[in-house]
Amino acid sequence: MEFFRDTNIDFLGKKWYFLSFSLVFSVAGILSILFWHHIPLGVDFRGGTLVYVKFAETPNNNAIRAALDKAGLHNAKIQSYDVPSANEVVISLDLKETSEADLNKGKADIINALETNPVPGKKDLNNSDQVGFDTVRQALIDKNPTHGSPADYENMAHAVINVRDNVKGGVLSSLDDLKGAIPDAALNALKEDFYTGNFGVRNSDVVGPQVGGQLQKQATLAVGFSLLAMLVYLWFRFELIYGVAAVVAVFHDTLITVGAFSLTNQEITLTVIAAILTLVGYSMNDTIVVFDRVRENVKLMRRESLAEIVNKSINQTLSRTILTSGLTFLTVLSLYLFGGEVLHGFSFALVIGILIGTYSSIAVAAPMLVAYTDWRARRSGSGAAVLPTQGKGAGNKGKVRVKV
Amino acid sequence: MQKNLLIKSAVIVGILLVFVYGIFGIPSSFSGEGLKEAVLKNIRLGLDLKGGTYLILQVQVNDAINAETDRAIEILRDEFNKAHITYADISKPDTNHPETVVIKGVPLDSGSQVRDIASSKLQEYTITQGADNSLILTMNPDHLAQLKSDTLDKSIEAIRNRVDALGVSEAPIQKNGMGENQILVQLPGVDDFSRVKGIIQSTARLELREARGEYSTEEEALKAQPGGILPPNMVLLPNKTGDRVFLVSRTSVASGTDIRDAREGTKPDNNEPIVNFYLNPAPAKKFGEFTRQHMEGGPDPARLAIVLDNKVMEAPTIKSEIDDSGDIEGGFTPQSAKDLAMLLRAGSLPASLHYLSTRTVGASLGADSIRAGVKAAIAGMAAVLLFMLIYYRGAGINADVALILNLVILLGFMGFFGATLTLPGIAGVILTVGMGVDSNVLIFERIREELRHGKAPAAAVDQGFNRAWTTILDTHVTTIVSAIILFFVGTGPVSGFGLTLIFGLLANLFTAVFVSRVIFDAVLNRKARGEALSI
Repeated sequence: MEFFRDTNIDFLGKKWYFLSFSLVFSVAGILSILFWHHIPLGVDFRGGTLVYVKFAETPNNNAIRAALDKAGLHNAKIQSYDVPSANEVVISLDLKETSEADLNKGKADIINALETNPVPGKKDLNNSDQVGFDTVRQALIDKNPTHGSPADYENMAHAVINVRDNVKGGVLSSLDDLKGAIPDAALNALKEDFYTGNFGVRNSDVVGPQVGGQLQKQATLAVGFSLLAMLVYLWFRFELIYGVAAVVAVFHDTLITVGAFSLTNQEITLTVIAAILTLVGYSMNDTIVVFDRVRENVKLMRRESLAEIVNKSINQTLSRTILTSGLTFLTVLSLYLFGGEVLHGFSFALVIGILIGTYSSIAVAAPMLVAYTDWRARRSGSGAAVLPTQGKGAGNKGKVRVKV
Repeated sequence: MQKNLLIKSAVIVGILLVFVYGIFGIPSSFSGEGLKEAVLKNIRLGLDLKGGTYLILQVQVNDAINAETDRAIEILRDEFNKAHITYADISKPDTNHPETVVIKGVPLDSGSQVRDIASSKLQEYTITQGADNSLILTMNPDHLAQLKSDTLDKSIEAIRNRVDALGVSEAPIQKNGMGENQILVQLPGVDDFSRVKGIIQSTARLELREARGEYSTEEEALKAQPGGILPPNMVLLPNKTGDRVFLVSRTSVASGTDIRDAREGTKPDNNEPIVNFYLNPAPAKKFGEFTRQHMEGGPDPARLAIVLDNKVMEAPTIKSEIDDSGDIEGGFTPQSAKDLAMLLRAGSLPASLHYLSTRTVGASLGADSIRAGVKAAIAGMAAVLLFMLIYYRGAGINADVALILNLVILLGFMGFFGATLTLPGIAGVILTVGMGVDSNVLIFERIREELRHGKAPAAAVDQGFNRAWTTILDTHVTTIVSAIILFFVGTGPVSGFGLTLIFGLLANLFTAVFVSRVIFDAVLNRKARGEALSI
C-alpha cells in the first residue's frame, strides 16, 4: 500500500499563500493576546485558589453562589467541570483572595461555605481535607467495635477510604454505602462519629503569587533554552541559517499554538507548557528531516538551483511527513478524546501543534532557507556558499555588478 | 552472517529479559493481581495518579542569618568590654540584610583594635568603614551562601525526619526552584492534610536561656530596668498565652540541636502531660556549669527559661545542679506532648517556613486519570500498530515488534531508575509511540525508494538504514535536548514527562535502528536471492 509516489508539487511556488496563511493566524493570535483574552494563564502561573468539588447530586450553581456569597467570597468563579453527569464544579478564587500568610484559608472558607447542614459533634466523612485514613483508623481504634487488633482496624480504614475514593469517585451518598465493605458493628461505630456531607473535594490547587511568578520565569526559560540548544546543535550539524530557519519555524508554531489558546480562551497550565515543549521538539524533527534531505541532495544535484533542490527534497520526504504526522496525530487525538478532562489542555496543544508543526517545516522553514540563500547570493555576488547554484549564481553576480 | 545474526538476536532477547525484570521484578504470583502488584512495586505512580499532597515551602533563611549575626554581636560586645572600647550602638539596620552589622560611635583611635578583634574572632566577616564614623561588619559572601545552603539542607533533613515519623513512606523531599531557598514536599496518599501541615511547619526551636524577671506587660518590664532600657544582652519574650513577659538572655545555653532524646511523659504529682528531654554530653557539661552558677544559693541565682519558638513555656527556679535532662510543662494535651517530643527528636528547623503552594489530588481523581490515560494510550497504540501492518505488510510486523519492545524498555527503564510515572508521563509514553513510528517510517520509506531505483532487497535495506540513520540521530538528539531541559527546569509532573521522553527516545534508538535491522536481516537471510521484500 502506498499513498504518495513520485509526487512533484511546487511547494516553494506557493510561498506567498503560505506566508499569508501564517500571517493571518499569527496576527489573529497576537491580536487576541494583546487586546482580547490575553494569555489565559492557569492557576499554577497566575496564583490563586482552585477547588474541584464533586457533589452527590446535580449541583445547583445558584445555591453554590448564594452559599459562597454568604461566606463573603463574592468574587468566586463557579464553573461546571467534565460531563454534566459527573456532578463536578470548579470553584476558583483570585490571587487577591489568596493570601500567602494564610495560604489555605480560601480553600477552607469554600469548604465551610458549602457545608450546608453540618452535624454538630460529628465529622464529614466526605471532607477529604479533614478526614482521611488516619482519622478513620483512629476513630475505629478508639471505639473498638469488633474487639479486633489495630491491624484489623487499619484494614477497615483502608476499605472505607477505598469505597469513598475509588468505588464512589470521591463522594459517599450516605454512610450505608460502606455496608459490606466493613463489619456492621464498625459501620455503626463510624455513624456515631461521622456523617456524610453532600459533596467531596476531589482536587485543590492553592498557589501563592511567588510560586506563580517563579513558574512563569521557569517556563519561559525552558522554552528559550531548548530553542537555543537546538539552534546551536543545528549550527554545528548543518549551518547557521538552517538553525535559524528551523528556530523561526518552531517559534511560529509556538506563537500560533499560544494564539489558539488565547483565541479559545483556554488556560495555559504547566502541563500545556510541557505540550508546547514537545511540539517544539516535534516540529524541529520534521524540519530536520527535510533539511537532512536537502543537505544530501545538494551533494548529488550540483546543477539545479536551491529552490529546485528544496522542492525535490520536500517531495521526497512528503510521504514520510504525512505518514508520521498522521500517526502521531492519531495518538494525540486518542489522548484528546479519551485522555480525560485533566489532559484536555495538554492534548489540545498537541493536536494544534502537530498540524502546525508539520505545515511549518514545509511552508516556513524551507522557503526561508531558500529566500535567505538567494538574498545572500544577490548581496555578496559570490554565489551561495552553502549551496552553489552555478547557472543562477553567475547571473546574480552579473546583476550585482551592474548595481555597483 | 548466520552466526552474527544469532548473537544479535541473543543480545536482543537478553536486553528484553532485563527490562521485563525491570518492570515486574520477580512477581509473587503470575495471576493478574500478582502481576499488577509487582508492576506497582517497581514503577511508582506520581501523586497526580495516586493522590496525595504537594507542598512548596519557603525557608526563611534570614532567620538563620539573624541567629548567626546575633552571636557575632554578642562576641563584639564581650570583646569591646574586655578591651575597654567604647561604642554607642551595635545594630542591624536593614531587616532584609541581616548579614550586615553596623557599629556606631567607636572612637577613631580604636578602629585598628576593632579590626584586630574582627580578624581574630570573626573570621567569617569583613570590616569596612561606613558613613558617620561607623564601622560595617559584613558576612563574607561565601560564608553567607554556605549558611543559606546549610539552612536549606538542615530544613530538608528536619522535614524528612518529621514526615518519616508520621509514617508517610517514600515521601520525596527536595529543593525547589533555582536558588530561591524553597523546598518541595510530596506526600503520597496523604489527603487529611490538616495535622501534617502543622507538624511540618512548626519550627520546634527549643532553647534554654537565662531568665531575669517576669512582668505582666512590656512597659512594666522596661520601667523596672535601670534607665528604662534593657541591658544589651537581654530581650523580652512573651509566654505561651501572651499575658506575661520575661526578661531573658539574648543567647541560649543549649538549644534543639543539643538534644539527644525527647519523650512524652506525665508529671508524677498530677499526671499532667509533659515532655522530657535529654542533652548530648558536651552541651550537658555546659548546661551543668550554667545551673551550678545560677541555682538557688549559687553565686548568681537566676531562673531557667525554657523557650520554644520564641515563647517562654516556663521559667522555673533552678533547685540544684542539672546536667543532662529536663522537662517542659505548659498545658499540653497527650497528643500535643507526643507531637512535640516527636518534633524535638526529629530536630528543630533552623529557620521558619511558610507555605507558598499546596496542591492536593484526591485519590479518586487519580484513579480516573489512570483509567483515561491508559485507555488513550491503548487506543492510540492499537491504531498505530494496525496501520503499520496494513500499510507496510511484512515490514509492518517488524515495526510493531520494535514499537512493543520500545514500550517494554521504556517501562523497564522507569522501573530500574525508580522513576515516577505521572499523568503527563503517560502522555510522554504515547508520544514516544508516535516518535518510534517516525523512525520506522523514515527507514521504510527510504528502503522503498531504494527499491524503486531498482536496488536488490539486501542492498536497499542496507542503504535505507544508512541514509535514514543521520536523520534519526539528528531528530533524536534535538528532542532529547529539549526533554533534558524539561527534566531539569520543570517541576513535579512536567519533570516526569521529560524523563519519560528521554527514556523513550533512547529506547527507540535501539529498537527502531538495531532491532528492526536484525529482523530485516533475518527475513532476508531466509529468502532466496532476488525474492521481493514485503514492505
